[in-house]
Amino acid sequence: MATQLESEAHANADAFRTEVRQFLAANFPEDLKGKGNLLAGLDGPTSETAVQQRWREAVGERGWGTPTWPKEYGGGGLTRAEARIVEQEFAKVGAYNPIGGMGVLMFGPTLLEYGNEMQKRAHIPPICRGEIRWCQGYSEPNAGSDLANIQTFAADMGDHYLVNGQKTWTSGGQWADKCFALVRTDRSDKHKGISFLLIDMDAPGVEVRPITMISGTSPFCETFFTDVKVPKANLVGKEGEGWTIGKRLLQHERTNISGGGRLAGMMDQSLGDIAKTYGETDGDGALADKVLRDRIADFEIRWNSFLLTARRALEESKAQGGVSEISSVLKKLGTRLSQERSELLIVIRGLQGLGWEGDAFSESEREDVRGWLFGKASTIYGGSTEIQNNIIAKRVLGMLDHQ
Amino acid sequence: MAVLSEEQEMLRNMARNWATNESPVSEFRKVRAAGEPQAYNSAAYAMMAQMGWAGIIIPEAHGGSDFGFLSAGLVVEELGKTLTASPLLATSIAASAILLGGSDAQKAKWLPRLASGESVATLAVDEGAHHHPLAIGTIVSGGRLSGRKAFVPEAHGANLFIVAARDGLYLVDKGDGVLLATRRLTDQRSYADVAFEGAAADKLAGGGDSLLDDVLDRARLLTAAEMLGMAQALFDMTLDYLKQRVQFDQLLASFQALQHRMADLFTDLAQMRSAVEAGLQAVDAGFGVARSATVAKAEANRVLHAISNQAIQLHGGIGMTDEYNVGFYLKRARVLEASWGSSGYLRDRFAALSGY
Ligand SMILES: Cc1cc2nc3c(=O)[nH]c(=O)nc-3n(C[C@H](O)[C@H](O)[C@H](O)COP(=O)(O)OP(=O)(O)OC[C@H]3O[C@@H](n4cnc5c(N)ncnc54)[C@H](O)[C@@H]3O)c2cc1C
Repeated sequence: MATQLESEAHANADAFRTEVRQFLAANFPEDLKGKGNLLAGLDGPTSETAVQQRWREAVGERGWGTPTWPKEYGGGGLTRAEARIVEQEFAKVGAYNPIGGMGVLMFGPTLLEYGNEMQKRAHIPPICRGEIRWCQGYSEPNAGSDLANIQTFAADMGDHYLVNGQKTWTSGGQWADKCFALVRTDRSDKHKGISFLLIDMDAPGVEVRPITMISGTSPFCETFFTDVKVPKANLVGKEGEGWTIGKRLLQHERTNISGGGRLAGMMDQSLGDIAKTYGETDGDGALADKVLRDRIADFEIRWNSFLLTARRALEESKAQGGVSEISSVLKKLGTRLSQERSELLIVIRGLQGLGWEGDAFSESEREDVRGWLFGKASTIYGGSTEIQNNIIAKRVLGMLDHQ
Repeated sequence: MAVLSEEQEMLRNMARNWATNESPVSEFRKVRAAGEPQAYNSAAYAMMAQMGWAGIIIPEAHGGSDFGFLSAGLVVEELGKTLTASPLLATSIAASAILLGGSDAQKAKWLPRLASGESVATLAVDEGAHHHPLAIGTIVSGGRLSGRKAFVPEAHGANLFIVAARDGLYLVDKGDGVLLATRRLTDQRSYADVAFEGAAADKLAGGGDSLLDDVLDRARLLTAAEMLGMAQALFDMTLDYLKQRVQFDQLLASFQALQHRMADLFTDLAQMRSAVEAGLQAVDAGFGVARSATVAKAEANRVLHAISNQAIQLHGGIGMTDEYNVGFYLKRARVLEASWGSSGYLRDRFAALSGY
């Protein structure tokens, strides 16, 4: 028998569900139904249509694009349960969340934890409204896996910092308004000499050069800083705390790469169903190619247990309050499986699955080829698979360094 | 490495020098940038033919050098290392079909032209996106061939098609009744769907019932030789990179996890090389070709797949850029993996040939 508290909670949930439905009925435009949330992604220039803009503003006003963030900074102020209702109701009518990007996925949660009051008031609300795009200024030519080796220097000029150096692989750098960067404020200590600094991308002295990827697109850049003036108010935490803050952000990044909507969305259609549209089936509707059928089933079983692992980790980390080192397991697993899936799609489609251009390939066939190539990066960025293995072995399992 | 004769060693060194100096990957970049459907440099192919490479498997009587398949494989391997775009592979495969199934007159007509580079030829078997030589709908009646072939390699540069019809292989000149529709694959080479609409066809009447299978085995072997070159080049490139790149104040090559990864790939590469070379030698010996060609292409698929993925991974971000060469190998690798038999197809064929 339900307790009084439980039935109250149910009544509240029902009321909230009704509120979400009413909001959608009033605000979600039919023509955006089923459209992806491209604009809110990490890349792609801002080229919103008026309809898309209205939808973004409507969601942004409620704070429902960042549902669990505090209301006072423009978030939805919702409980997890309520956030899930928003997600469910949006999905039911084919509505996407128009608020996204690195601000939502990585920077916002980190600033909420480490930023001062002024910084939170300045930076969180525009993220919740999807107005400001952030990029990640971490990697440098000689600081990839060894991120703490960054050399970009922020010199203390009294009332401001003067930043000089080069970042690379800056995703969306050419479209971003602002950059959260790891910079060196002290050359005498590798880790304690790092600070977390917010830099305007349109400040004088910031230059970006897009890099073309093997997938044919140019979603990332080299970013050069030459005598860039940055106000001291843009330092997050204290000088020297950048490594701690920066690593926290990486945990959010990992969780999002693996558990995020992208991977889950990708799996909407089972490979088996796709294979049936490309290959023959026998009398019972089973794939005639038994070798392929076996491979697909093998993959989908492992994908299934990945989703279960991701869900379990999410529940456990919520109980413990926040992301944890299990994010390394999920990142490593999710990215490997998504790469495997792309490879399997090619096997299913044969040469039809390797098209580069031309109308003889469907749009999804072409997109999947680019996605296959772009996806090779997922085991490299956000801490490569090898680095995740090091983290698992050393921090989780307590195995020792080479002595 | 197979034990080579002095001549074979000279041939290999010549190919290696030419590929390194005259046809580095930057040449393929030019071909890609030009964006022509033919997708190779005709002048470069003329040079290759002049050096005798198009006639390696062709008898001396027909203008070739009759050096055999291992020798042809050596050259194809070296060209694979630098991703040289050329119709050498396609023409050699087509030449093997004429050799196996052609009449004296057909040989006399075509082989000298193929050996000299004057003509380019290609094999057209599959009618869908998967290798499936049993599913052929192409028919010939009254000397006229009709059917559709999918993803025919080097179709743009070819003057001659060796076409599989239900009742055998036919020579079809590019001309009336032959229509090309370009298919741009991720490797940016020449592919086209070819529609034959009552094109004049001349049957390869020799070679017996197994002609198509025998030709396909040669296609698998020469393709595997190109893949071997690609795998070797990727492996060398990656090893070099690990010995140069410093992270955590150490060379990447000093990390045991990566040492073991490379040791595993090195082992795989040894397997691939043995399988490919043994297959080529089997053709020269005229013995056990079907089985060894199946093993060779299956191993080539498996190992190149692994090495191409690891090469990107171990290069980190730089490997993801178009400016770096690794991605080109990855793209070409998948296309070749799917050509003349995917891993699944070849495993099935191996089991069938082995009687289980
Ligand atoms: C598509 C893409 C987008 C990116 N976006 C951003 C971005 O927005 N902002 C940003 O700051 N960075 C970004 N990056 C950079 C990314 O974080 C780095 O590429 C990554 O940290 C790896 O660094 P690296 O490329 O220098 O490779 P390296 O560190 O040189 O690594 C090369 C190889 O060595 C392995 N390796 C390194 N150290 C060890 C070790 N100790 N033990 C075992 N193996 C090891 C690596 O795993 C890898 O396989 C992006 C990268 C890509 C590819």
